[in-house]
Amino acid sequence: MSDKKVVLELKNVDKSFGPIDVLHEISLKVREGEVLCLLGDNGAGKSTLIKTLAGVHNATRGEILVDGEPVIFSGPRDAQDRGIATVHQFGGTYPLMSVGRNFFMGQEPTKGFGPFKVYDRKKANKIAVEEVQKMGITRIDDGDRLVGGLSGGERQSLAIARAVYFGARVLILDEPTAALGVKQAAHVLRIVNEAKKRGLAVIFITHQVMHAMTVGDHFAVLIRGAIAADFRKGEKTREEITDLMAGGQNMADLEQEIEGYMEAHDGHPPKVEPAE
Amino acid sequence: MSSPAANAPADTATSGFSIGSLIRRPEAGSLIGFVVVYIFFAILGGAVFMGAPGWSSWLNIAAEVGIIALPVGLLMISGEFDISVGAVVPASSVTCALLSGQFGLPAIVGIGGALSVGLLVGFVNGMIVTRTSIPSLIVTIGIMFAVMGLTLGLAVLVKGSTSVGYVPDPLTKSLLGTFIGGMFNVSIFWWMGFIAVFFYFLHISPIGNWVFALGGDAESARNAGVPTAKLKVSLFMMSGFAAAFVGIAQVMTYQSAQVAGGQPFIFNSIMCAVIGGVILTGGAGSIIGIVLGTMTFAVVNQGIFFARLDPNVGSIIIGALLLAAVLTNDSFRALALSYATKKK
Repeated sequence: MSDKKVVLELKNVDKSFGPIDVLHEISLKVREGEVLCLLGDNGAGKSTLIKTLAGVHNATRGEILVDGEPVIFSGPRDAQDRGIATVHQFGGTYPLMSVGRNFFMGQEPTKGFGPFKVYDRKKANKIAVEEVQKMGITRIDDGDRLVGGLSGGERQSLAIARAVYFGARVLILDEPTAALGVKQAAHVLRIVNEAKKRGLAVIFITHQVMHAMTVGDHFAVLIRGAIAADFRKGEKTREEITDLMAGGQNMADLEQEIEGYMEAHDGHPPKVEPAE
Repeated sequence: MSSPAANAPADTATSGFSIGSLIRRPEAGSLIGFVVVYIFFAILGGAVFMGAPGWSSWLNIAAEVGIIALPVGLLMISGEFDISVGAVVPASSVTCALLSGQFGLPAIVGIGGALSVGLLVGFVNGMIVTRTSIPSLIVTIGIMFAVMGLTLGLAVLVKGSTSVGYVPDPLTKSLLGTFIGGMFNVSIFWWMGFIAVFFYFLHISPIGNWVFALGGDAESARNAGVPTAKLKVSLFMMSGFAAAFVGIAQVMTYQSAQVAGGQPFIFNSIMCAVIGGVILTGGAGSIIGIVLGTMTFAVVNQGIFFARLDPNVGSIIIGALLLAAVLTNDSFRALALSYATKKK
């Protein structure tokens, strides 16, 4: 498979909420300098899986290993301290606050004497701008700008740069490209590559197969809480992956079925039976 | 830190002074509002309004409401309301007057007791808001009625009337309730002190960052390691403390504590904050803005008398100011955000 070091590993992890099993026997290896793409339709259990990885939930059964050692996270903070950072769709940024203040939220640099701490705006702005620019976002050059004026992609990039700066080793990106346009998404994908180059392990959650194929080294497809396929780059085509995500049903078949129906019914799509 | 060259990109745009960046500051709208309102009443009120009598009359009002508007504004920046200040002011007055007047305890005991009442009410507010999902508006309305009832009950029980008298000793009176030069209430200086402390807290100390984050996105703030619940409880305790302080100053000034009479502080403090550019949904605002908003409010409030206008006109002006403030807050926010996208 790969000779790169495994940072985070899941061994037969189950997660159930009461009687409902959400995750079933998940085994995954996340290596440094690699992008693991987690694919799956809505409701496949992606969110539960990343929350388990990020320390929000604890696994019901099975083991999570960090650097080969089994761990039980006491909370999101604990996972963060071990270098596992999660970046959500809008990156946890505050629109009406400056780039510098966003970047250092919760870990503000200070200067001053004794109990009279002073927020060091210059230092915060300088580091924030430098770090974001290192990630390839050169349009941000003033740390006093409000984050609300940045594009969705830039906000994502800011959040990723922030996680990297504060020592993340595993970066969990929860649908970072879902709400973005084509150009913006390309932006974020470039940042993902940059993080990978720096030796970070990236877990990239998406249901856009194209985005996954652009940056992914390793793919796992989640269906109804179980891993339906686990393969490496180049082992499957785009069509095969899409079919897998759709629950094994061949997309071409589905398309044909719908088209056939529409032809027979004056161009109307098939009626969906309402749930009871 | 490392090299001067690396310092350049961040510094060039921030250290430079320009009309553009000044206009984009959140206080810009409130400054313009204050200047316009002041000039309007200066013309109508004439020399008296511009002289010491005018200044003292509106500064006295500004100091009273301003001390409360500061923490109320901070709470609004963090996305919460505090209505209970309207009940804490009389509750603290009555507590102070009962302890030091009725029971003859030293002034410091009455003051300490009154401040404790404020801190306690703030603590209860904060705990309920952080532990349940009830909006702070509702929580603090409920607490306001409870505190009002308790205050009335206590006063009637102990004193048998709805007002409690207290004549403070000269030193306490001079520190908390005297008129300097017969005109300027000493609480103006206390207000300045409060402004300095709150300015440090919000804009200079690193914790100020967290207050903005609370109003911006509390969930993300918690994930970033900000102790959101603790911070919120502290903010509610600050507003309880400030309201109690005003209650004490009132007792020292008027030598009597009334069970009712705190209600105007509820809307006035919120109005001062909004006129001062605090955004109702949280996440933005400034101390200088709140101070300017308070001054604007006070100028209108008192300018009416100097201008010999019908007092009802004053209410209309304040109402219009409030609406105008919310509108300009929105456009200034849009301007501040556009700064990033249009610069290049």
